Amino acid sequence: MGFGKFFMRKSSREIAKDRLKILLISDRVNCSPEMMDMIKTDIAKVISKYMKIDAKSMEIQITKTGTKGRMKTPSLYANIPIIDVNK
Amino acid sequence: MSEVIVVTSGKGGVGKTTTSANVGTGLAVMGKKVVLIDTDIGLRNLDVVMGLENRIVYNLVDVIEGKCRVKQALIKDKRHQSLYLMPSAQTKDKTAVTPQQMIKMIHQLKEQFDYIILDCPAGIEQGFQNAIAGADRALVVTTPEVSAIRDADRIIGLLEANEFKQIDLIINRIRYDMVKRGDMMSAADVVDILSIPLIGIVPDDENVVIATNQGEPLVGNDTMAGRAYQNICERVLGKEIPFIDFEKTISFWTRVTGIFHKN
Repeated sequence: MGFGKFFMRKSSREIAKDRLKILLISDRVNCSPEMMDMIKTDIAKVISKYMKIDAKSMEIQITKTGTKGRMKTPSLYANIPIIDVNK
Repeated sequence: MSEVIVVTSGKGGVGKTTTSANVGTGLAVMGKKVVLIDTDIGLRNLDVVMGLENRIVYNLVDVIEGKCRVKQALIKDKRHQSLYLMPSAQTKDKTAVTPQQMIKMIHQLKEQFDYIILDCPAGIEQGFQNAIAGADRALVVTTPEVSAIRDADRIIGLLEANEFKQIDLIINRIRYDMVKRGDMMSAADVVDILSIPLIGIVPDDENVVIATNQGEPLVGNDTMAGRAYQNICERVLGKEIPFIDFEKTISFWTRVTGIFHKN
């Protein structure tokens, strides 16, 4: 193992924390992966009306934007690469 | 005024029964009139943890079904005058009781006791619904593991939906050596994820196993877990108690034993 790689390695504590954070967001909003997929397709459809997008590499995700308290305003984050603004 | 506290976790085996036994005993030592209710119908355990398994005549289901009076089912603790146990039934199942019946029974017990502590079964089905029905405060027990935390989060959501006014977190079986190595989530990590007030941190202590073997809760003993449970009881009563820094305690002992090893 390289010197840099040793320091870059995440501790299992960090891995657990990161996994839980993502897991609990989807648990809390009670949103199934199928539903997320449907939302994604629908968003792509709507945006495609106005501009040319790369639907294949678009990503959507529910994140918690608030800092304190439970369920503080979860928000839908979408990353949609635009190929051409003018359709 | 009496307070009804449910001890719950979602996941099994994280220490609900041990917590119930120790918190109940601790509050009784502090002079409160306490009744512990085992609501895990079909899988009773609180009686063995308390060392009272040989004294059971009637149980919770007998009371609900009207086979005996509430008083007849209550077992007086071996050591503490003001502590009682309402054992669960071993032969019935969770559908033998409804939330309405639990509320009615708790209402009766409120007249005699300062604290009513309900040991909740694992899961979120009928047994859980029965246990939380009559309670107004919850202690959520978790361990610093992904599975236990996920279930605790679900339970907290359900308690919030049931309009609990106070939900506090107990983090059980923390191993400070592992936290230090980066191989276990710290208490701060767990609180950060679950976002509810922390009421206790209980270190992973072999004395808990020894105490359970003997059927005597270790609250108040001069052990790490004993002190941790003592502090939880004080905080339940509303006192401001700082969290013990077990890391220091451990390093002190390793230093002491280290000296002996050198000699």
